[in-house]
Amino acid sequence: MKKSILSAIVVLLLLGVAAYAAFFVAPTDAKQGVVYRILYLHVASAWTGLTSFFICFIANLLYVLRRQPRWDWLGVSASETGLVFTTVVLLSGPIWAHPVWGIYWTWDARLTSTFVLWLLYVSYLLLRTLVEEPDRRALLSALFGIFAFIDVPLVFGSIRWWRTQHPQPIIMGAPGSGLDPTMYRVLFFTWFAMLGLMTLLLRQRYRLEAMRGDIEIIRRELEAA
Amino acid sequence: MALLSNTAVLLGKELRTEFRSRELLTTTTVFVLIVIVLFSFSFNPTSEESRRFGAGLLWLAFLFAASLMLQPCFLREQNNDTLSALRLSVSDPFAIFLAKLVANTLFLLLTELLLLPVFAVMYNVAILPMLHWLVLVFFLGSLGVSIAGTALSAISAQARMRELLLPLLLLPLLTPILVASTEVTAGLFDRAPFVQWKGVGFLAVFDVAFLTILWLLGEYLLEE
Repeated sequence: MKKSILSAIVVLLLLGVAAYAAFFVAPTDAKQGVVYRILYLHVASAWTGLTSFFICFIANLLYVLRRQPRWDWLGVSASETGLVFTTVVLLSGPIWAHPVWGIYWTWDARLTSTFVLWLLYVSYLLLRTLVEEPDRRALLSALFGIFAFIDVPLVFGSIRWWRTQHPQPIIMGAPGSGLDPTMYRVLFFTWFAMLGLMTLLLRQRYRLEAMRGDIEIIRRELEAA
Repeated sequence: MALLSNTAVLLGKELRTEFRSRELLTTTTVFVLIVIVLFSFSFNPTSEESRRFGAGLLWLAFLFAASLMLQPCFLREQNNDTLSALRLSVSDPFAIFLAKLVANTLFLLLTELLLLPVFAVMYNVAILPMLHWLVLVFFLGSLGVSIAGTALSAISAQARMRELLLPLLLLPLLTPILVASTEVTAGLFDRAPFVQWKGVGFLAVFDVAFLTILWLLGEYLLEE
């Protein structure tokens, strides 16, 4: 208990420093002005969400191969944290887009594939609620999770090729594009803080799921007795 | 080799079951027909407009139809308690999937080809000059839909609310197919028709990728 409070305080401090850096350390963008500072929330959340879904994918694979309940617990926890961060992305995106592009939403590659990604993991959680037997639920959702994760690059590729009404990638984009070095440092620090938050949430959620699993076993033993 | 001969036998069984009743084919064909007619109310279907929206409309109708058609694929086996027998009858469970997905591709393709002339007449789109390319796109698209759909119907058949669940799982997964097939089909419907090879290649990549995952995961999907 003490450890989790301590780690929560550390993460809170990290987030505070990240917010300070995003508002006061990073230089103001030449074209967009102050509005661009939402980048640190938006992009860092996007990367954290993707990291979370990647953890979910690995957990799904390991569950299918090893059949230990802990991989199922990790899978569901990571899909939920991933959904939380992706929701932040989907909400902060329009807030940023409106003053800069003049519209809240455009059907371009990254927006649309993020939305499809979000939908796929909502379906993943939905599937879990519709299968009662724990082992079966774990296996089926793990298999669907694998299909869903592998689909994501295909979704991105297809939309990027044919629906390109897109601002060119700035980060890891064409030569000549790119952020100011200070902006990079602040962005990576924000990502680091967000990863801390994700780890914290993931740990709590995992423990909750593990307890649920234990209760399930106890309940079944009681019913059998 | 055993895989191919097993698949052939199972494919024969799938086709026999369907062509005895023709239930899937008739219901799906009527469904797509209804969707095609209803879509005409959502915009003014002049030839010019149809060229712009027709391809997407057609593929949406096909995807919805597929999510209905793929429903009984494993459900039927489960309701008749024949899944275990099927599993025992083949050495490689991939044969079961292969047979089912080939059968589903054939059914989908048949429905699509049956309704293509109807669509062309009603929406005033010329299809004859590019017919062979259309068949290729329909084949590649339907194959992708069937591969993903057969796999997911094995998942949804084991859950509650399965009739609603399959479209929810399947449709977002099929986004790449919808985008690529629509683009290629739109090119073929164009006033100066052209083949968009990038899209054809993309569909082939999707098919191969999903077939590979299905091959790797097939045995887990059918675990009891």
